[in-house]
Formats: sequence, C-alpha cells, structure tokens
Amino acid sequence: MASLVAMEGITKSFGGAPALRGVDFDLRRGEVHALMGENGAGKSTLMKVLAGVHTPDSGTIRIDGEPVTISSPVEAAALGIAIIHQELNTVPDMTVAENLALGAEPRTRWGVLDRKRLLRDAEEKLARVRADIDPRLPMRQLSVGRQQMVEIARALAEDARVLVLDEPTAALSDREARQLFSLIDEMRAAGMGLVYISHRMEEVWELADRVTVFRDGRSVGTSEKAEITPERVVTQMIGRNVEDLYVHDDRSPGEVVLRVRGLTDGAGIGPVDLDLRAGEVVGMVGLIGAGRTEIARMIYGADRARGGTVELEGKVLDRRSPATSIRDGIGLLPESRKEQALFAQMSVRDNLVVSALERLSRLGVLRRGAIGDAARRQMEALRIRTPPTRAAGQLSGGNQQKVVLGRWLTVGPRVLILDEPTRGVDIGAKYEIYRIINEQVSRGVAVLVVSSDLPEALGISDRVLVVRGGRIVAELDRSEATEEAVMLHATGVAAAAEKNGGTTA
Amino acid sequence: MTRTAPAGAPTTEPAERARPSFGQVWDRYGIIIVLLAMVALMAVIAPNFVSLSNGFNVARAVSINAVLAAGMTLVILTGGIDLSVGSIVGVAGVTSVLLWNAGSPALVAVLGGVLVGAAAGLLNGLLVAYLALPAFIVTLGALTYLRGTAYALTDGQPLIAEGELGFRLLGNGNIAAIPSPVVVMVITYVVIWFILERTTFGRHIYAVGGNVEAARLAGIKVRRVLLKVYLIAGLTAGLAGVMFSARVESGQPRAGEGYELDAIAAVVLGGTSLFGGRGRIHGTFVGALIMGVLSNGLVLMNVPFFTQLIIKGAVIIIAVALDSLKNWRSG
Repeated sequence: MASLVAMEGITKSFGGAPALRGVDFDLRRGEVHALMGENGAGKSTLMKVLAGVHTPDSGTIRIDGEPVTISSPVEAAALGIAIIHQELNTVPDMTVAENLALGAEPRTRWGVLDRKRLLRDAEEKLARVRADIDPRLPMRQLSVGRQQMVEIARALAEDARVLVLDEPTAALSDREARQLFSLIDEMRAAGMGLVYISHRMEEVWELADRVTVFRDGRSVGTSEKAEITPERVVTQMIGRNVEDLYVHDDRSPGEVVLRVRGLTDGAGIGPVDLDLRAGEVVGMVGLIGAGRTEIARMIYGADRARGGTVELEGKVLDRRSPATSIRDGIGLLPESRKEQALFAQMSVRDNLVVSALERLSRLGVLRRGAIGDAARRQMEALRIRTPPTRAAGQLSGGNQQKVVLGRWLTVGPRVLILDEPTRGVDIGAKYEIYRIINEQVSRGVAVLVVSSDLPEALGISDRVLVVRGGRIVAELDRSEATEEAVMLHATGVAAAAEKNGGTTA
Repeated sequence: MTRTAPAGAPTTEPAERARPSFGQVWDRYGIIIVLLAMVALMAVIAPNFVSLSNGFNVARAVSINAVLAAGMTLVILTGGIDLSVGSIVGVAGVTSVLLWNAGSPALVAVLGGVLVGAAAGLLNGLLVAYLALPAFIVTLGALTYLRGTAYALTDGQPLIAEGELGFRLLGNGNIAAIPSPVVVMVITYVVIWFILERTTFGRHIYAVGGNVEAARLAGIKVRRVLLKVYLIAGLTAGLAGVMFSARVESGQPRAGEGYELDAIAAVVLGGTSLFGGRGRIHGTFVGALIMGVLSNGLVLMNVPFFTQLIIKGAVIIIAVALDSLKNWRSG
C-alpha cells in the first residue's frame, strides 16, 4: 500500500538562498513521524510546502500514491492536510465556537447566524479532542495549550488525515503536554499520519515511530526509532560526534587572576571562597536554587555583597557595580538573555558595542568608523550572518546569544562570568559558543561558567565547583568530575556520608 | 472551511529579507504621509492655508511646542514622562521678564530663564533617578508647584516688560528672513539629533529605555542617564518659556498651560514608543508639525475653540492607540 504522503526531491529557495535541497520524505498511516534538526535546517519549510504555504521549486508530492499539486492552504485542507503552527492561527477576540466554525458558520433559513447550532457543533468538535472547554469563551481567555486543542479540533472537524505539529509543546505546561500526547496516541490509533517537529529529545522518543533528521536543507536520514539512539540523532543533526561537541583543548592555567574571599550577601549566600586562574574554565554547578547565579552576580557587582572581598590581580576591588567591574576587567553574561542582556529594539551593531562605548568614543562623541569595525570583527568571529543594522530581537535565539556574548568580546575582559551561556539555543549555536569560550581561554581569559546542563559543564570545564545552600561544597578536578560525583555533592548525599564517618562506609 | 494560514505564518530566515511589508513602510513613513495628507486637506478646505505668511505663522506657532517636544523625546525614550514642562514654560518666562525688568542685560535674562528650567528639570531627575519615584507622580507634582511659583512671582498678574524687551527677537522678528523662533527650533533639533545619534549618551538613552536591567548589567550608569534626560527636558522647557515671553513681550504666569500634553502628543505622533527604547527625533519634529498644522487649519476654518480641543484630544488618543497597536504587532 502506498504511503499516505510521499514527497520526492523537493527543492525550495528564498531569494536565491536554498532552504530545501532535494528532500525525500514519506509518512505512513497510523504513525508519528518526528522531524528533528537545528533551526533553519528545513523542517518547517518542508512542512509548509506540504501545507500549501510555500510552493516548491521542484519535486513531486503524492497523497495515497496519487501525484498532487498543493498551491494553497485551501487545497491542502481539501486533501486532508492540516498544520498547527508554532504561532497559533486563531482569532483571539472571537469565541471558541466562532473560531471552530470560521469560514463555515451555520445559518438559519433566514440567513442569519444559527447560534444554537454553532454551539452544538463546537461542543461536538471539542468532544472529539476530549477538551473540556466552554465554547462561549473568547479565545483570548484560553491558555496556549487549550487554544492549541481548539486548533486540533478544527483540523479534525475538517477530516484531516495528515496533521503537522510544529513545536507543539513549546508553550505548554506539563499537564497540557500530557493531554496533547494522549490525543496524539488516539489520532495515531485512528490511522492518521502525524508529523511532529520538536527539539525535545525525550518527547520525540516517547511519541515517535520514526525519526527523520534534517541538516542544511537536506534529509540526513530516516530511521525507525528502534534502530537508532538519541546520541546518533544528535550526531546526525550536528554532523559530528557528540563527544566532540564540547570543545576542550589541553590547557595549562596560569596565575590566579580573580580571588574571592568570604563573599556573602548576609542572607543565605556565602561565605564563598574561590580562585580563578588565567586560561582556565571553571564550572559552577548545582541544583536549581542552590545560589550559583547569586554568587555570580555578587562577584560582578550586579547585586550588593554584605561581606567579603573580590581581588583582581592582587588588587582589592571596592564599591563594585557593573560599571566598575567592566572598567576593572570583569564581565557577566546574565542568566536571562531577554530580560537582562538583549536590547531587542537596538541594532546588532549597537548591542555588540554598548559596553565598550567609552573606548569607541572621543569626548562622548561616537567614533562611528571604529564602532563599525569593532562590530564587523565580532560578527565575523562569531559567525553572525545578518546585516549589522538589523534589530537584535529579530535574530534566532542562538544568534541573539552570540550577540550578547560578543558584547563581552568587544570589551575584552580578563575575567568572564557566563551564566547559562547556552540556554535556549540550538545545538549548532552551542558548539559555536563552546568554540568561542575555548578561544577566549586560550588567550588567557579566566572563565567561570554557571550551567544547569551537567554534561556541558563537565565537558568544557577544567574544574568544577559544586554549590549547595549558597556555598561551594566541593571542588572536583576535570578527571574526577563525573555526573554522579557532582550529584552526590549537589544533593548533599556526600556530606551526609562524610558526617556519618566510617560507620556507613 | 478554509485554513487561513499565510498572512501570519512565520517565515524562514532567508525570506525575512524580502521587500518590506506594508506594516514596515507604515512604521517608517506613515507619519510623513499623515502630515502631507493633512496639509493637502487644509489646502483645499481652509482659506489662505497655502501662503508664505501662513507657512511662517505655522512654523512660528509650532516652534515653542516643538522645542518642548524635543526635550520630551529624550525622557520618553527612557520610558519616562515629564508632565511639568508646561509649568516650566510659565516659570521660566516670568523669570526672564523679571530679570529684564530688574535691569539685567538681555543675555542674563535669557540664561536666567533657561537655567530656572534646567534647575526644575534637575530636581525632577534627582527624584526620579535617585529616589526611584515614579516619573508620572514627580512631574505631576512639579506641574502644580511650578505653576504656583509662576503665579507667586507675579502676584497672579501678567508682567509687562519695561521698555522694549531686549530679547524679543527670540519670539518675534527674523534672522536672515527666517522667523527667529524657527531658527531656535532648528538649532535645538540639530543638537538633540546629535545627542541621540552621535554620542554615547544617546546610545545609553536607547539602552535604558529598551531594557533597563540589561542596561545596568551592561555597565551603563542608569541613574545618571535618567538625571540628564530630565535636566535636558527642563532646559528645553526653560528655553521655550523664554521664547514665549519674547513673543508676547511680557511674563505670563499662565503661559504654557496644557503644553505638556501637546508635547507628548507630538512625540508619540512621531512614532516614539511610550514604553521607551524606540523612536527618532525627526519623528517628533513631524509630529509637532502635524499638531501645528491641525491647530492652524482649525483656526482658519473658524472651528470653535472648544471643538478644537475635542479634535486635538482625539488625535492624541488615536496616536497612542496606533503606538500600542504597533507594540502588539511586533510582539
């Protein structure tokens, strides 16, 4: 029996930039087919071709073995293809019932809207997705998860046989995600073909029957889930082995650059002692809420310390603030890019130079040539390919993170504190960020990395500090820092064992 | 039933550089289109609108509000507001005439008025930046106490300038055939433009308005930036007050009543976001022109004063609505 959907040799370019370079893809009845790949790898573009949003430059699409052309979303819907976009397509100010009937509102004999039937139909449609939603509510009042349910209900009401879900869980609570997963199971059992686009490996492994990996506008391969491992998928996504993801050259750290003694906020954080040497990466790990971010911010002067000293190259720093830290040569990449680092409305160029303007100006007047050069140099080094005048908020998450990191490279500090440097970025950008960290370290910069991604922290650090209850409870060398060892200290198991002395050992 | 996907569907990276959408064009040029449309409309329906003398009338009338709006732009770019500028016009204008009547040279009278404005702005700035009081409240208070000061300085009576007011040129007369207030206005805008586009201070204003926490962590001395913008707003308001006195050749304690709203309207019409971080000084200039053309046209059409107020109020609300719509669209 022919596949439900078979796409062959699909190509698509946007203004000369190829987005799909000859992609084959097939979808069976009663399967969940996961699409994985970095941002811009072509997953969403391929699905938009299937849904009639984009017209392919070449290639064929067959539905049930019959060649079809899909040149608009209307035609896709007629063929039973529905797509649930990341950005939902509902009318927020209309009610749930009105959204469900959009474009096909029931009318009475007199040609006016049949409100009773509108509600009855809506209740039926919602029952099919087992959603307990009042159809009279305006869409706006629903959570994202519930709005998504309404969209799926609408697709099912149109007799969709193929349903594409693009990052459906990105904005869902755990409970909403569970509901979605059980609905997906039901749709699969009913013989529908489901395409599931996601970055989240656990979800993919829980749901998918097959996995297709995309890279650079090509399909790298389709595998039955039983025949492949998550590690292999990641390798396919990035085109290199996972072990090689974490960049770590052999290093011989130099003198102590930053010496912290007894640093405390007087309210549960500290006292903290730590030394950072030139040319080393020190990881600061621990459970959420252990106080890692607080320590990092205190060192930088973002939050006030109530006691203790911070010494940079033998000189005690006092009256510390972000402004003085930057002048002295300490930089902090904050935990939350959007709230604490990025100027979304400012250009990429201005974002890159904003902390170095003192050097790039004369008597307060900007040296525009020097600024343009500095920004261009950073964009090249960081491989950010976009016009420098573009608003930073329009970039992908990975590029935004590179921009805020690049701000520090423009300043050129001797100590760089990175709080969750790879949070929310795709794996390609992660690799770039590790490469940049490695390069800074090779120039003698001392780097302190706070990370909740334990494999990452262990992979890039020369030594690891474990934080628990606002204090550093263990220091582990690269050779002895395993995930297990870290977790023993982070959870307090190791301390408890020590207290009990030899009796339990 | 149709699935209406394309309009709002996210595009892939390469497609983002395609030709600008209607929305982008509107964002960039909409305000100029509105101005031209308004001029065209007035030209048709208002008698004598299109004439050199009326053109100069509009420019002269606009200049005081435009100078106020220039300083206001900096404050609003940081996400703040200054409601006190209208009252500063009154105090500064009265001060300059008082100084003149006391026998000061014209230059001292002018500087005195401007400095009184700057001092009022400095106090606003200290309270907003260092005591972290809400700008709305601080400047609302200043609006009231400064107006009271203006009345107190003159016993509530208009203050007639003795002899020919030495700095009357700032309000009347021409410099090289151009009305002198227009010259003052143009110089003010060039200076503010330079600050915003060519200085580190200008970058810091945008950064503070765009994301105050990020600005602090990026090493920007946020409080100092805030202090300076309120100081400058006070200074430009002081200048506007002196221009007002020069124009009417007297010190009017009621001068500038309600001007803060016209200035805010000009800034917002010019596309500067009340949430801060986004906007351009030339937008404010066009915004002030729109307000001026509107007033002038309504006068020429013999629209009653009360109706003028209604129309201007509606324009302000529409402008703010457009602004929040823009924010809503860009997420």
